[in-house]
Amino acid sequence: MFLLVTTLLKFAVFVLLFVMPLASLLTWMERRQSAYSQDRYGPYKATLKLFGKDIQLAGLLHIAADGLKMFFKEPFIPSIADKAVFKLAPAIGFVTAMLTLALVPFGPDLKTADIPLLASWFPDLVAAHPVIPLQMARVDAGLLFIFAIGSLSVYSAALAGWASNNRYALMGGLRAAAQGISYEIALGLTVVGVLIAFGSTELAALVRAQAQPLFGPLPAWGVFIQPLAAVLFFVAAIAETKRGPFDLPEGESEIIGYFMEYSSMGFGLFMLSEFVEIVVLACVFTTLFLGGWEFPWLVGDTSIYLGFTSIEVSTFGRAIAGMIVFGAKVFFLCALQLQIRWTLPRFRYDQLMHLGWKTILPLSLVNIFVTAVLMWLDPERLVWLGYLGIAEVVAFAFVVIAGPRRTEAMTEEAHGGHGATHGTAHAGAHDAAHAHAATTVTDTPAHQPAAHGAPLAARST
Amino acid sequence: MAIRVRERVQYSAYERSYLPEVFRGLGITLRHLFQNLFGHKDTRPLQTVRYPEEKRVYPPRYRGQHRLLPREDGSPRCVACYMCSTVCPAYCIHIVAAESPDSEIEKYPAAFEIDMLRCIYCGLCVEACPEDAIRMDSGVHTPPFYTRDDAVIGRVDLLELLGRPGAPPAYGAQNAREGKPRGV
Repeated sequence: MFLLVTTLLKFAVFVLLFVMPLASLLTWMERRQSAYSQDRYGPYKATLKLFGKDIQLAGLLHIAADGLKMFFKEPFIPSIADKAVFKLAPAIGFVTAMLTLALVPFGPDLKTADIPLLASWFPDLVAAHPVIPLQMARVDAGLLFIFAIGSLSVYSAALAGWASNNRYALMGGLRAAAQGISYEIALGLTVVGVLIAFGSTELAALVRAQAQPLFGPLPAWGVFIQPLAAVLFFVAAIAETKRGPFDLPEGESEIIGYFMEYSSMGFGLFMLSEFVEIVVLACVFTTLFLGGWEFPWLVGDTSIYLGFTSIEVSTFGRAIAGMIVFGAKVFFLCALQLQIRWTLPRFRYDQLMHLGWKTILPLSLVNIFVTAVLMWLDPERLVWLGYLGIAEVVAFAFVVIAGPRRTEAMTEEAHGGHGATHGTAHAGAHDAAHAHAATTVTDTPAHQPAAHGAPLAARST
Repeated sequence: MAIRVRERVQYSAYERSYLPEVFRGLGITLRHLFQNLFGHKDTRPLQTVRYPEEKRVYPPRYRGQHRLLPREDGSPRCVACYMCSTVCPAYCIHIVAAESPDSEIEKYPAAFEIDMLRCIYCGLCVEACPEDAIRMDSGVHTPPFYTRDDAVIGRVDLLELLGRPGAPPAYGAQNAREGKPRGV
């Protein structure tokens, strides 16, 4: 009984008060954020007339407007569709996305004695249950359970494509299934390094392990000791959620996806589970690589540091602070995913498979090997991994900051600079180079056709 | 037509490793995001005009909805010469001429209708008019219609429309009343 009530309470706090509002907010945020990134305004027009005033709230009302629209549309089912499976498919996607949340620890353990009023009202209860973990299900095989449930989401897309009895939908479903299965392997292997380093698959234990100090104030977060795995996991997980540059199962605007026959709330469920998956991915990534609810310079064991002062807190206050920290990290990762989606062009299908099988998979195997060897040799555990990880981060930051920039001159040189090696493609290469030079504003004399010695007749158009 | 062989851009190994370029791309979109979110209104890259709330100032020669110019007594300056409806490439001006009660003026338009769904806003009617009776200097959009009949705007409505602020006064306003010869 106690377990049921607390689990329902945890569900209410975590899912109903955090994940679902955040997922709804993301539907608005995705459009506003992409709009501002592309120098547009995005939706802001939904207006509520209240007491003669127009309330717009920067477009937040679009969430309600879209939801209402979805509910009141006709749920159309094609006459040749497999009706039972057609109705089941979006539900599978939504349920699998939500089930994963049961495993995610969203706050530190809470002592029942520290909850205000509870100790004085129900002293027997407090004595019987001293600790509440802020996690709906503490499963020892936590991470494996997440992967097991996560892989079921492939069924949603594949069944939706199949049950629609529509060729385009079926193709979309097949793409989704192939992509999901391919990236699942990469996804599973990328986290093995983390599991080796921390020696547990239980998510709350992983979070506690990441709280230990690495060097001075630096915590042993997954991103510091396994940066390669963090990047690979993030990429593979985005592919697994069918978003970002890997959204070719859907391809909202051009290629047609597995949910093309869905209307009304069936489609709404697909969209909602997509946004829930964003939050789930952010939650899992936070737990594995960003130290979950821990924040070493802010949330201590018995106090909260605010820079100028520190407040002594019980586990109740610590739980609230931990939940806020967790929420902030998750929100940051959600925003990052949206930004990635609206920055990168979509991968081609062969590029997607190439990246999954030939890049991420070997790299994650190398990562496993290196991690295992370092853990085996290192007497202090984690320290050598920490050196390696920080070296990787610094080296990568240096490469990004100091790396070569492609300039117009470089493009020109690639086309016409060493024409002899291009052989028969010589004239064509110059041609393309001219066309390119003509479109640029900074057209220096070096880009003029005569400088290349190419005949002007090559400009065929 | 010559055959053009397009050479693919040769990407360096650095670029083909993809990840650094991803971060640079994120930097670009994030820069735009933050400039638009927090930048000053005049310097941010976002240039969209939120139309119904903000309106852009049209150039002085913007061709808006037509208007018929009145004489001082309020009757239209139009003499039903049919020049505008003749020159109109869209055949959208329909005039019914009638004998004018004023002895100095030969005809007046008993009906003057413009079908706004056909009009292409070319302004040829304005140029053709010898009386400066029709102009497109109202500076307003043609309002939306709900039926095709609503799109046909008649004499009274056209007369009611005023010129936009700063529009030049009607040409030969005094002479029109006195019936003297007018220059072109």
